[in-house]
Amino acid sequence: MTVILVALGAAVGAPLRYLVDRAVQARHGSAFPWGTLVVNVIGSLLLGVLIGGAAVGAVPGSLVALLGVGLCGALTTYSTFGYETVRLFEDGARLPALLNAIVSVVAALGAAFVGVTLAETMWA
Amino acid sequence: MGAQRPPVDPDVDLGVPRQRAELRGGTTSLLAAIAGGGMVGALARYGLTVTFSHPPRGFPWATFAVNVSGCLLIGALMVLITEAWTAHRLVRPFLGVGVLGGFTTFSTYAVEVQQAVAAGAVRTGLLYLAGTLVAALVAVRLGVTLTRRATGVDRNRSAG
Repeated sequence: MTVILVALGAAVGAPLRYLVDRAVQARHGSAFPWGTLVVNVIGSLLLGVLIGGAAVGAVPGSLVALLGVGLCGALTTYSTFGYETVRLFEDGARLPALLNAIVSVVAALGAAFVGVTLAETMWA
Repeated sequence: MGAQRPPVDPDVDLGVPRQRAELRGGTTSLLAAIAGGGMVGALARYGLTVTFSHPPRGFPWATFAVNVSGCLLIGALMVLITEAWTAHRLVRPFLGVGVLGGFTTFSTYAVEVQQAVAAGAVRTGLLYLAGTLVAALVAVRLGVTLTRRATGVDRNRSAG
């Protein structure tokens, strides 16, 4: 059952990443990978809420599997982030590459902390 | 030389004509390929994290391995389909955006760091944070370099 929920969540999460990435890119022409940054931060925030909620018994395991492991897991990506960072660096855009790495990690981690805190305040 | 410059964003790079044209071939087939790939990738990740689960204060080895190996593979894949071969229009969406995007995860990585810190294992959390970042970037570079060497793209590049 859990396997099906994970698969269903991912079937929505992966195309959603593509569409958000596309929409964000269409709004501005820069080579900086804003689209991936946006999905990674949103996904980290949502997973933080789910895991924080699960810890206080407010979010059932099935929802964590569907939205957390499946949707957030597939919505967010490390491979795309890593590839973009290396490509920027290879193209000589060393500062944007460094900024992308630092901002992605710090913003996603911050979002995860905010998500967990939000869940604790809402449900505890 | 005739080979295309690889895109910066492997999911969708609107600066690359072939990727801008992707949707014109049919949105349904494109999104279906991404969804199918995402399911395969996410299930593989789920299987690995369940099999190799870590204690609350321990190092999340499963996610670490998933993210680093996914980065090695995206580096290899992008060289193969943009520099070495001409691939079918759904190959990158299925394997790159779908399978590898669904396999690797940034949200689990971020929340695992938060959980380690919350459990009092600050040093493990920070080691995991920095270790994944460094290993993943090295893995992408390694995937790109080794694949260029193996396919001979390297020689064409220096000759051109």
